[in-house]
Amino acid sequence: MTTLAATETHTVRVRLNGRAVEGRATPRMLLTDFLRHELHATGTHVGCEHGVCGACTIRIDGALARSCLAYAVQVDGATIETVESLAPERGRLSVLQTAFQRHHALQCGFCTAGILMSLDTLLGAEPDAGEDRIREVLAGHLCRCTGYQPIIRAALDAAARLREGDADA
Amino acid sequence: MLDACDHRSEDTLRVEDPPLLTGAGAFIDDLGTPPGTLHAAILRAPHAHALIEGIDVGEALTLPGVSAVLTGDDVRRLSRPLMVGVKAPIEAWPLAVGKVRYAGEPVAVVVAESRYVAEDALDLIHVSYRRLPPVMDPERALADDAPALHERLDSNLASERHFRYGDPEAAFARAAHEVAITVRYPRNAVTPIETYGVVAQYDPHEDAYDVLANFQGPFSIHAVLSRALDVPGNRLRLRTPPDSGGSFGIKQGVFPYIVLMALAARVAGAPVKWIEDRLEHLTASVSATNRVATLRAAVEADGRVTALDLDQIEDVGACLRAPEPATLYRMHGNYTGAYAIPNLAIRNRLVMTNKTPTGLNRGFGGPQMYFALERLMRRIALELGLDPLDVIRRNLIPADAFPYTTASGAQYDSGDYQTAVATALEDGGYAALLERREAARAEGRLYGIGLAAVVEPSVSNMGYLSTALTPEERAKAGPKNGAQAAATIDLDPTGAVSVQLDSVPQGQGHRTVAARLVADILGIDPNTVRVIAEFDTAKDAWSIAAGNYSSRFAAASVGAVKIAAERLRDRLARIAATQLNAPAEAVVFEDGRIFAEGNPDNAVPFARVASASHWAPGTLPDGMAEAIRETAFWTPPELAAPTPEDGINSSLCHAFIFDFCGIEIDRTTGQVHVDRYVTMHDCGRVLHAGMVEGQIRGAYANAIGATFYEEYAYGDDGAFLAGTFADYPVPTAMEVSDPLILHIETPSPVTPTGAKGVGEGNCMSTPVCLANGVADALGSEADLVLPLSPARLMPLIGGEEPQPPAGAAPRPEPASGGRTLTGSGSAQVAASPQDVWEMLLDPQTLKSIIPGCHAVEEVAPHIFRADVTLGVGPVKGRYIARVALRDLDPPNSVLLEGEVNGALGTGGGTGHVTLTPAEGGTTLAYRYEAEVGGKVASVGGRLLDGAAKIVIGQFFEALGRQAGGAKPGLLARLFGGRS
Ligand code: FES
Ligand code: FES
Repeated sequence: MTTLAATETHTVRVRLNGRAVEGRATPRMLLTDFLRHELHATGTHVGCEHGVCGACTIRIDGALARSCLAYAVQVDGATIETVESLAPERGRLSVLQTAFQRHHALQCGFCTAGILMSLDTLLGAEPDAGEDRIREVLAGHLCRCTGYQPIIRAALDAAARLREGDADA
Repeated sequence: MLDACDHRSEDTLRVEDPPLLTGAGAFIDDLGTPPGTLHAAILRAPHAHALIEGIDVGEALTLPGVSAVLTGDDVRRLSRPLMVGVKAPIEAWPLAVGKVRYAGEPVAVVVAESRYVAEDALDLIHVSYRRLPPVMDPERALADDAPALHERLDSNLASERHFRYGDPEAAFARAAHEVAITVRYPRNAVTPIETYGVVAQYDPHEDAYDVLANFQGPFSIHAVLSRALDVPGNRLRLRTPPDSGGSFGIKQGVFPYIVLMALAARVAGAPVKWIEDRLEHLTASVSATNRVATLRAAVEADGRVTALDLDQIEDVGACLRAPEPATLYRMHGNYTGAYAIPNLAIRNRLVMTNKTPTGLNRGFGGPQMYFALERLMRRIALELGLDPLDVIRRNLIPADAFPYTTASGAQYDSGDYQTAVATALEDGGYAALLERREAARAEGRLYGIGLAAVVEPSVSNMGYLSTALTPEERAKAGPKNGAQAAATIDLDPTGAVSVQLDSVPQGQGHRTVAARLVADILGIDPNTVRVIAEFDTAKDAWSIAAGNYSSRFAAASVGAVKIAAERLRDRLARIAATQLNAPAEAVVFEDGRIFAEGNPDNAVPFARVASASHWAPGTLPDGMAEAIRETAFWTPPELAAPTPEDGINSSLCHAFIFDFCGIEIDRTTGQVHVDRYVTMHDCGRVLHAGMVEGQIRGAYANAIGATFYEEYAYGDDGAFLAGTFADYPVPTAMEVSDPLILHIETPSPVTPTGAKGVGEGNCMSTPVCLANGVADALGSEADLVLPLSPARLMPLIGGEEPQPPAGAAPRPEPASGGRTLTGSGSAQVAASPQDVWEMLLDPQTLKSIIPGCHAVEEVAPHIFRADVTLGVGPVKGRYIARVALRDLDPPNSVLLEGEVNGALGTGGGTGHVTLTPAEGGTTLAYRYEAEVGGKVASVGGRLLDGAAKIVIGQFFEALGRQAGGAKPGLLARLFGGRS
């Protein structure tokens, strides 16, 4: 096991949204702070820093994780995907993102990054996910604005379109 | 009166969404900061009520990376107290000056190169407190012997006012019945997911502050801020970021931190950034008020209410801070709700307690008020043996009475409450719900139906707050009224259109609605209109009402946009008229072209006319001003100052809501299931159906939280008990049901668009509707207190609680504010009593034998200060202990009195130690009694006892070692010697 000096900064290399990047972090630097303030990927938001609100949800090596509960140095060498990776290209939106817009599934948009990551992962793994399953996954996130129902509608709509092979909404 | 217009944007996609969906939003913590920006962290009070006897920042300042530490002395030296809304000698500072009055109150600010270092430095600041008894209950706070929070006020009563409208005494004397209810409304808040953020700069040459903050308005607070910073308004530039992660009123409360960070930037000589964390936000940002209200109604035999008497005690927390007492007075015109009640008496008392100061929160006074009023209406029905629905219907303001003036002076602009109720019952399936209840009850299930009728005010009168002053005080202060809304529209040299709003949106889609409206008026594609929502007091047109609160956007800000767009269109029409050889009145704007009516083929492009004032001002029609920029201010004339009789039209628009629900309570768990919820809204003209629905759903979800889960709870010792999302459970998708939303539209005659506010209504109607459903299911009219948790409902369901199975461990004691620990024991030490005595009095020895001790210092004769790290179960933290030795009887006995303070908790207690000579050394006997409070106290009695045992054991073990080794075997007695 590597030991890291507490007071020194260390180089952390990750593959972030398909690009190899690196930054400096002390061992205690949270992954959220590293992503946002070192790598300037500010799409991932911080709502609680104690693992409840879900705003900071990202994928680490393909698995969903709360980035506020991880240290930057823990992800050295990992592949990381954040909300910035979801659109097929600049200026276009994914099927799920378009469904969010159509169904007013966001208001202030602060919780949205984490919710998109969870639902994108769900629909990728379980294309047939129904309302109950979506609700279950969504319950890992707090949203103060929407009352959740529009998010569920958006996810169901996106799931249906994805099943029909509509890649661009 | 302005014409209502029809600029609906039914299914417009929001322009706000694509950046937010792709991670390209621009929230305050996403934005770059000026070079050299430092970061702040705040040290907060561990006690609810204590004198600050000293703050030692020396060690913190020596930590590498720390630039400055700000304490109460600096704040007092560099600023003035925050304005207070009533005439009372209350000093409100953004940071404690001499005394802390609520747990979590800022005590010092550290400015350092990073947030991490700043937080490290917080641990190095040493504050000595002298604790005072906390005052937590608003009723007890009024008792004669209650300790006063503010020295210059000899009680905790900040203001008391009596109001009387009509002839309530006569109505009560005549009434067939009198029905009363007392309601205790708890503390909660629609805490947004994004916390507060401030970036502040100070320019010493101009003595000017420049602050970026996710503040939401009202910008009347700008005057409070510049006064506190002791600069004229033009020396405080306040800006907001393009995006804000929700507010719901709460982000008004960032304003004390604006002062604090502005001062920190001044002291540090560099820009300072501060982002609040969630613990800070829940503990100390802003809460809604808790209120104790006693309502009495004079009632006719048929259930009609002829008079209402309200006695309200409003708990505003530790100090009455602007814009309070707005929570109480915002609804002043509305205290008779949706009912035609001509006589009204009100007694309002504002009380201070050792809790976080209160402020704006979605619903703002409405949840507290309607919870009492609609519980009363139900109680009237039950006491008179009437159907609750009939009691509501009999009292509703008749449809032909609009515009209707309430007893306390509100002018209800429009409505048809009877049609709304009838439509809701019909379309919402009320008859079927009655059957459903009957069927459920026949099976022995606890099923109930609840009702609520609510008037939702919007567009606040800036003068309502002055109702808290007496007519004489008001006369002296000068009139306050109105609600200036502002909008600016610019035409640039390419003829493109930009709009500047004064509404500071937090996700409500204002930019989309405004773009649509302006595009409609100018006949252009909405996608070509750019709406700027970030706000800058140095460059934008604004007035004190600016901001995002009291649902003012649809009714007021949009109104100003409309006026500005129409003025610009009229001027462009005159320019085009000369080119088209047609009268200006006949000029049509359509599809990006301008033409004379009936002659669309001979058109000029919109952009050419729109840019003409830039390129060819000489060609403008004679005497016509240029068409480049138009700023419109709009204030509704209906919003007058309070009358000498205390009548006040507290808001411009009044929407109507009628809700009903079917709920079921699980007999075994006490959990409430919302089976059906119907909410009927008349919010005037609906400008954007999707966004209106979004507002209703959002408020409904917030109300589910307030009804069943959320409470800013305090222990009796003043400790705050809801500092994380685990302790303050915001509802998730699992808890929020899907309400049926219905509408009728009676357009407002007093707003330019006919729209009324819609964002807050369900925060007012839903908690009491659900509570009425719960009461109906229980068949009991017990006083219900929110949140309606299983723990609160189980005793009301009745039936014996099952005994735990034989042999099961006893139930843990219920969590409370503090815990008492007691214990005793003895140890054998291989040294003479005199030697042991000297060791106990020597700081160096103490340092080496106190477990987890970093330093011990004798601050005064026989008074020691120790810096220790203690772990109790999962809660490990650093504490400062102060121990005084009293009743010294060397070398026989001593009494220790101590106090321990840390971020995670506090403790205090006494210990008695006796030394008696024994064979081979000394027998040391001790007994102690301690009180523990704060976060640590929540870990549970057994853990605490265990931790105390271990720490004390380690102490004597070390003492024995130091003295040359305790006798083997004797130490073991330590662990068995406790009682
Ligand atoms: S910020 Fe990570 S879960 Fe809330
Ligand atoms: S959209 Fe604002 S918190 Fe979810």
